[in-house]
Amino acid sequence: MNEILIPILAVTIIGLICGVGLAVASHVMAVKEDERFPAIRACLPGANCGACGYTGCDGYAKALLTPGTKTNLCVPGGAEAARKLAEVLGVEAEAVEPKVAIVRCGGDCEHTSPKEDYRGIASCQAAKLFFGGSGTCTYGCLGFGDCAKVCPHDAIFWNNGIAAIDPSACVGCGLCAKTCPQQVIAIVPSRAKTAVLCSNHDKGAVTRKACSAGCIGCMKCVKTCEHDAVHVDGNLASVDYDKCIGCGACAQACPTGAIRELVAAAAAKAC
Amino acid sequence: MKTVLFVILTAAITNNYVLVKFLGICPFLGVSKKLDQATGMSIAVIFVEVLATAVTWPIYHLLLAGKVDFTYMETVVFILVIAALVQLVEIVLKRYIPALHKSLGVYLPLITTNCGVLGVTMNNISDGLNYVDSLLTALGCGLGFFLAMVIFSGVRSRVEDAEPPKSFEGLPITLVSASIVSLSFFGFSGVLDRLFGG
Repeated sequence: MNEILIPILAVTIIGLICGVGLAVASHVMAVKEDERFPAIRACLPGANCGACGYTGCDGYAKALLTPGTKTNLCVPGGAEAARKLAEVLGVEAEAVEPKVAIVRCGGDCEHTSPKEDYRGIASCQAAKLFFGGSGTCTYGCLGFGDCAKVCPHDAIFWNNGIAAIDPSACVGCGLCAKTCPQQVIAIVPSRAKTAVLCSNHDKGAVTRKACSAGCIGCMKCVKTCEHDAVHVDGNLASVDYDKCIGCGACAQACPTGAIRELVAAAAAKAC
Repeated sequence: MKTVLFVILTAAITNNYVLVKFLGICPFLGVSKKLDQATGMSIAVIFVEVLATAVTWPIYHLLLAGKVDFTYMETVVFILVIAALVQLVEIVLKRYIPALHKSLGVYLPLITTNCGVLGVTMNNISDGLNYVDSLLTALGCGLGFFLAMVIFSGVRSRVEDAEPPKSFEGLPITLVSASIVSLSFFGFSGVLDRLFGG
């Protein structure tokens, strides 16, 4: 009789211990979840793009639980999400600065040329590993469209061998900027009127050899700007959009055309 | 030191659980698509295998093979204990080491009843290993799983670019490449015995 009873009892007891132990443990060591969390999470679009600087929408929602976190960080959600978040959290809504991505490279087919005949995997990441890309400029857009593959809004297309962004479709989430192995794509405020369309940090002479549309760091733009909004750092100009009023004087002064007034890109053209 | 190395290497390479004994195939095929996922999964497996062995070995020898012998209940008891243990570890980690919990993530509960884990604990007992050797074997098996996962995620990323014939796309070509990787591991059998003069 014992041969049957003891195993049954033993296994039952083991099961009981495990069950009760787990129940007690999950109760004692429960991690408290704020009841506002689901409501906050519902305000966010769920794109998990990470434009807010947190790990996805869940991360941002969690961060919002601590007072003082800004409610206007969600770029795809825009003003609507900020208003809803402010409502749930009971704070004053803050204005959202709409943002847009720009491709900081003007090295299209007319301005630069290939240095090798790359026939490997058609991705920028792979092409970069092979002597820094197939173009003469190792800083520029590689043109295989890793950015277009990650863009959730189909806002990126090809224009004459380099990536171009449709500002009307771009929500400024920054996924493309994170993906680009050359870090050619930047996220700027939508109100930006002029931009430096070059990422080349080489000295002027080297840049000029690689691409005729590159920034050579000549400082003309810095001297022209009346608002102290353009600076040259490491042989590359950059525009400070907090100070820029969009007068376009720097673009006119630029001898190579690296600084340009942003206009909606023309229809895509194959290289 | 030599025996320790021998036990670990045998478990990891010549008796590789995935590629030679064909246990734990579903995570091997399921989460080997990306290297970071494969690493996360493997680390969780190493962790759980060692922990499960540490608990099941005493249970078997002190309880199941005690006065009244009911070692035939081994499978049921082990599944029960391992599942409960992993859940408990998850709760503890979530509370006290959130960083580790986050990095192990979904993989920890996924492998509660992974046959690789169960296989390691049961084989250790049927091979008549002592406690220390059991733990070392469990560690070696986990490392072997890690090795297999990392190698195979590399193989898969190449296969994905290779464009196989339409009828082979997806799982078929994965299974074919898995069997070829497995064949390469059969080449190791005998090597370690010679190496350690066994």
